[in-house]
Amino acid sequence: MSTDTRAAPETAAPPRGPVRVERRLPRFALVGVYLAGIVLGAGLSALTGFSIAAALVYGVVLGTLGVYLVTRAVQGRRKATDRLVTSLVTTAFGIAMIPLISLVWTVLDKGLARFDGDFFTMSMFRVVGEGGGAYHAIIGTLVITALATVIAVPIGLMTAIYLVEYGSGRLKRAITFFVDVMTGIPSIVAGLFAFALFTLIFGNDARLGVMGAVALAVLMIPVVVRSCEEVLKLVPNEYREASYALGVPKWRTVVKVVLPTAMAGLGTGVTLSVARVVGETAPLLITVGLITGTNLNPFDGRMATLPVFAFYQLTQPGTATQAFIDRAWTAALLLIILVMALNVVARLISRFFAPKTGR
Amino acid sequence: MTATKAPIETPSKQPPVRRPGDRIFAGTAKGSGIFILLVLAGVAAFLIGEAIPALTAPSADIPGGEGLAGYVGPLILGTLLGAVLALLVATPLAVGIALYVTYYAPRRIAAVLGYVIDLLAAIPSVVYGFWGLAVLAPALVPFHVWTAEHLGWIPFFAGPASTSGRTMLTVGLVLAVMILPIISAIAREVFSQAPALHREAALALGATRWEMIKLAVLPYGKSGVIAGAMLGLGRALGETMAVAIILSGGAGATVNLISNSNPSTIASNIALRFPEATGLGVNTLIASGLVLFLITLAVNMLARWVVNRRADFSGAN
Repeated sequence: MSTDTRAAPETAAPPRGPVRVERRLPRFALVGVYLAGIVLGAGLSALTGFSIAAALVYGVVLGTLGVYLVTRAVQGRRKATDRLVTSLVTTAFGIAMIPLISLVWTVLDKGLARFDGDFFTMSMFRVVGEGGGAYHAIIGTLVITALATVIAVPIGLMTAIYLVEYGSGRLKRAITFFVDVMTGIPSIVAGLFAFALFTLIFGNDARLGVMGAVALAVLMIPVVVRSCEEVLKLVPNEYREASYALGVPKWRTVVKVVLPTAMAGLGTGVTLSVARVVGETAPLLITVGLITGTNLNPFDGRMATLPVFAFYQLTQPGTATQAFIDRAWTAALLLIILVMALNVVARLISRFFAPKTGR
Repeated sequence: MTATKAPIETPSKQPPVRRPGDRIFAGTAKGSGIFILLVLAGVAAFLIGEAIPALTAPSADIPGGEGLAGYVGPLILGTLLGAVLALLVATPLAVGIALYVTYYAPRRIAAVLGYVIDLLAAIPSVVYGFWGLAVLAPALVPFHVWTAEHLGWIPFFAGPASTSGRTMLTVGLVLAVMILPIISAIAREVFSQAPALHREAALALGATRWEMIKLAVLPYGKSGVIAGAMLGLGRALGETMAVAIILSGGAGATVNLISNSNPSTIASNIALRFPEATGLGVNTLIASGLVLFLITLAVNMLARWVVNRRADFSGAN
C-alpha cells in the first residue's frame, strides 16, 4: 500500500499543455475498487478468525482508502478529497442504519414469541410463571396517557393561541424561551415534580395514576405548544382579516376560522405529542408503580403501565425466567407498534384532513 | 408641542370595542401561557422543597454515610461521562447523516431517509435499554477486551475489561444512538437552509461538492450544529431507562469506561432506588434530581440561546 501512495503522484502528473483535458475515472472503476477493498477486508478479517463485523469494518476502511488513492492518482487531490467525503458521509448514514435495523429485528424476533391472544386479554393477577399477559398494563397506559392528553392539550393549545394571536413583548418571548427549555426537562425530573406535588397532599407513599398523568402532561405541554404554534402561524392572515372585516369578534375568528383551518395540523401535532410520551417509563416508574391486577381508576392506588411492566418483567424475573423475559420483549414490541402507529396516524391526519387550498 | 399633538390624537378617537367574549378568551390564552411559566417554576420550587431535608441533614444520615456531596459526586461524574461520550460519538455521525440526506442522497429518496432517521427518535428509551442489554453489550465484549489490551495505558480504558459488556462505554454508545436523530434533525434543517446563491456561486467557481459544502454550507450551519449537539447533550444527561437497564453501576467515582464497576448516573440511580426508598433516602434522591434539573436547565438554556441568536429557524422541530 505504502509504495502505491508514493508512486501515485509521479505517474499522475497531467501533461501540461495549452488545454488541460480532465481525466475521469469511469463509475464502474470506482465501484470495482470499493468492492475490491471490501473483499480484501473480508480476507483480512479471515486471517484473525472471521467475523462479519470485522470484515465490514476492514472492508469499508480499505474500500474508502482505495477509492481515495485511485482518484488521487488519476484525477488529483481535490477530486479525491471530494470522493473521500462522499464515502465518509454515506458510511455515516450506513452506521446509523445498523442500530435501527438491529433493534427492530431483535424486538420482532424476541417479541413475537408471546404476541398472542393471552397477552392482550390476561393480566398478571396471580400469575407467577408462564402465561399471563399485559391486559392490565395496556389499559393502564391508555388511561394514563388519555388523562395526560386531557390535561396537556387545552393548556398547550391555549398557550399556542396566545403566542400566535395575542402575545407580544416580553411575556411572549419569555413563554417561547421557557417552553423551549421545558422540552429539555429530563423525564425523570418531571416524575419527581409530580411526586413532590402530590406528597404535599397524600404523603410520602402516594402512588396514583393521576400522578403519572401529571408528569406526562409536563413532558407533553411543550411539544403541544410548539407544534400548535407552528401550525397556527401557517394560517394565512387574509382569513383573519376577512373575518374582522365582516365584524366578527377576535375570539370567534380564532375559534371559527383559524382553528378549523389549522385542524389537520393540530391533530397531527397532538398525535405526535402523545407518541412522544406513550413510551415514557421513568416518570411512571416513580409515580405510578406497578401492580399485577387491573386498576381502571387513576385516582385510587397504583396502576400497571406497559413500559414499567416491560421494565420489571425484564429486570426482576421470577422463577420462570424465560416466561418473564418473553413477556418483557412482547411488551417492548407492543410499545414500538403503538408509537409507530401513532406516527402513521399523525401523517394520515395531515394528509386527509389538510384544508383544500385553492392555490 | 400641544399644537402638533392635537391633530394626531383626533383620528384615534373612541377606544376599540372590547366584548366580554374577547376578554375571557384572551385572558384564558394568556393565563395558559403564564401557567406554563408557573409549572416550570413549580418544578424547581417543589424539587427544592423536597430536597431541603437532605441538604440540611447531617452527612452521616445520607445514604452512603459520606454526605450529600459524597453521594451525588460520583453520580454527576457518571452522568457527565456517559453524556459526553455519547456526544463525541453522535455529533460527527449526525453531521455526516445530515449532509448525506441534504446534499448527497438522491433527491427522490432523501425525504424518506430523513423520516427513517427520525424513527430512531420515536423508539421508547426502555426498548433501547432492552436492545443494549441483549444485543449491543454482548457484541461489544470483544471490543472491550481489545481496548483493555491495547489502549490500557489510557485511564479511560484501564480495565479489567468487563465480560458482560454492561459498561459505561456501551451506555455511551446507546445514548449516542438515541441523540443521533435530535442532532441530525437540526443539522439537516440548517444545512438545507444554506443560501442557494452561495452554494451555486461556489459550484460556478469550479468547487467540487465537498468544497461547496465547506465554503457555503458548514459556516452557515455551524451554530445550528452546536445548538443541536447541546440539545442532544441535554437529552443524554437526563436519559434514564436505557442507562438503568444496561449499566451495572454503583461503584464509586472512576473514569474507567470498560470495567464492571462504573459510577451510575443521576437519572438511572433515581429510577432504580426510588421505588424502595424511604424517609431521608427519598429526599436525597430528589436532591440529586434537583442537581440533574439544574445541569440540564443550564445546558438547554445555553442551547436555546445559541439557537435564538439565529431566529430564522426554530430548532424545536
